[in-house]
Amino acid sequence: MTRCTRRTRRTLQVTGVGVAALLALSACSSGSDSSSKKDSSSASKDSAKKVTGTVTVFAAASLKESFTTLGKDFEKAHPGTKVTFSFGGSDTLAASITGGAPADVFAAASPKTMAIVTDKKDAATAPSTFVRNQLEIATLPGNPDKVASLKDLTKSGLKVVLCDKTVPCGAAAQKALDASKLKLTPASYEQDVKSALTKVELKEADAAVVYKTDVKAAGGKVDGVEFPESANAINDYPIALLKDAPNAAAAKEFIALVQSAEGQKVLTAAGFLKP
Amino acid sequence: MTDLDKSGAAAEVLTGGDTRGAGPRRRRARPGARGRGVPLPLLVPALVGLAFLLLPLIALLVRAPWRSLPEQLTSPEVWQALQLSLICATAATAVSLVLGVPLAWLLARTEFPGRGFVRALVTLPLVLPPVVGGVALLLALGRNGVVGQLLDSWFGITLPFTTAGVVVAESFVAMPFLVISVEGTLRAADPRFEEAATTLGASRFTAFRRVTLPLIMPGIAAGAVLAWARALGEFGATITFAGNFPGRTQTMPLAVYLALQNDPAAAIALSLVLLAVSIAVLAGLRDRWMTAS
Repeated sequence: MTRCTRRTRRTLQVTGVGVAALLALSACSSGSDSSSKKDSSSASKDSAKKVTGTVTVFAAASLKESFTTLGKDFEKAHPGTKVTFSFGGSDTLAASITGGAPADVFAAASPKTMAIVTDKKDAATAPSTFVRNQLEIATLPGNPDKVASLKDLTKSGLKVVLCDKTVPCGAAAQKALDASKLKLTPASYEQDVKSALTKVELKEADAAVVYKTDVKAAGGKVDGVEFPESANAINDYPIALLKDAPNAAAAKEFIALVQSAEGQKVLTAAGFLKP
Repeated sequence: MTDLDKSGAAAEVLTGGDTRGAGPRRRRARPGARGRGVPLPLLVPALVGLAFLLLPLIALLVRAPWRSLPEQLTSPEVWQALQLSLICATAATAVSLVLGVPLAWLLARTEFPGRGFVRALVTLPLVLPPVVGGVALLLALGRNGVVGQLLDSWFGITLPFTTAGVVVAESFVAMPFLVISVEGTLRAADPRFEEAATTLGASRFTAFRRVTLPLIMPGIAAGAVLAWARALGEFGATITFAGNFPGRTQTMPLAVYLALQNDPAAAIALSLVLLAVSIAVLAGLRDRWMTAS
């Protein structure tokens, strides 16, 4: 019993110290605020009007890695802000936005999914394309099946997964297949690009048609095979400020960061093409 | 314990009461039947609970695209998905029965070290997020999985992306319902009948087959219905383990989810079909069991 109470007291002490440290830190950061503002004022004039609070960004699954990085950059540049993300299939996100989800920014993987939102008059600004993404074939590490072209995927005995036609990566893959007059019967039509990639990462499928950025993000777990037909199906990624944005000021800043040179640098490093 | 109570209560509801099933059906004597009125502290939350459960359903009905419903439902894909759903849910229920009833018997009627722990493990799929369940199944039974590798190299069997894979995924999430329900019934059933049978020379298995099984039939039926309903609505584990291919692995919940992506009206229509079919089946079964037991 006594040990118990001692332990609680100990925990309380630790938390107390922790809270104190946090307070001190936040005091520090608010103190350094004025100085950091001076530094960044050269970078962008807008940070003079201070933005605070939480920015909620709904973004396509394929943007996960690069937007997470940009979110951290944004929080560094604007102390007192917090960027929260909801990554998923563009259409799922669009459906939840039109259903009234409280989001500030929507970055979709295709104009078509963005149109779901703009048709419902839920966007405050006209969407603008900020990056483009090209398809690539993801194969098992070392490419044991010797996949060299889109046509190779139609070989019998090969387990291929595609995205479902309702999601942008699936629509693009279909476009590329149609353009090269190929018939491909996949093992599965996955619900988003990340789950298609996961099937190859787990070696359950031999190949998947995903984005260049996904292959890059998977590191050594998959090999990427470029194919010329992908030029016929390059996806534009539009971004827009939402009409009912709870934090429009900070959201505008975030969109500006995405479109700025430094934002583009992060995105192209992840494998995206410039708009 | 609460799990048992819950399953007992569920069995009660689904079989129209009397889960003991001992002998002929008794009229249920309601305790407190003398005080005719329903006490207010019970009535109010009960009605709120009922409204809470029914409101989403009513909303679905209100917002349903009644006018375009006929053309939504005449597409062959819908019937394909519905057919697959019914077949797979029924197959998953059969698998659960074959494996689950003996397991329930083992948990209820035998003593072995760590029994409580095993019982907790059995309920694990109830707590696992379905998608995690699907990934776990892939890691176990996938082409590259712990056991799946052997299946593939010895028998050439691969489960992911096949209809059998759908049944596996659905069984995984549905079987615990059956096990819990049957185990609760077994604990409530009087073991002396079995003991009497064994003293009269029946082997333990004969006693189980001829005495215990008929005794716990209502509980098994209730558990099977629960498992079937759970299997019918399964989404996460199915799409993760078996993928999504129309006619092969695209069950109704998957079709609904993907329809929601570009045509919410169609998704609502599909959901209504699934609801109508499951309510019809459940209501039909319940009547059967009420009169049968």
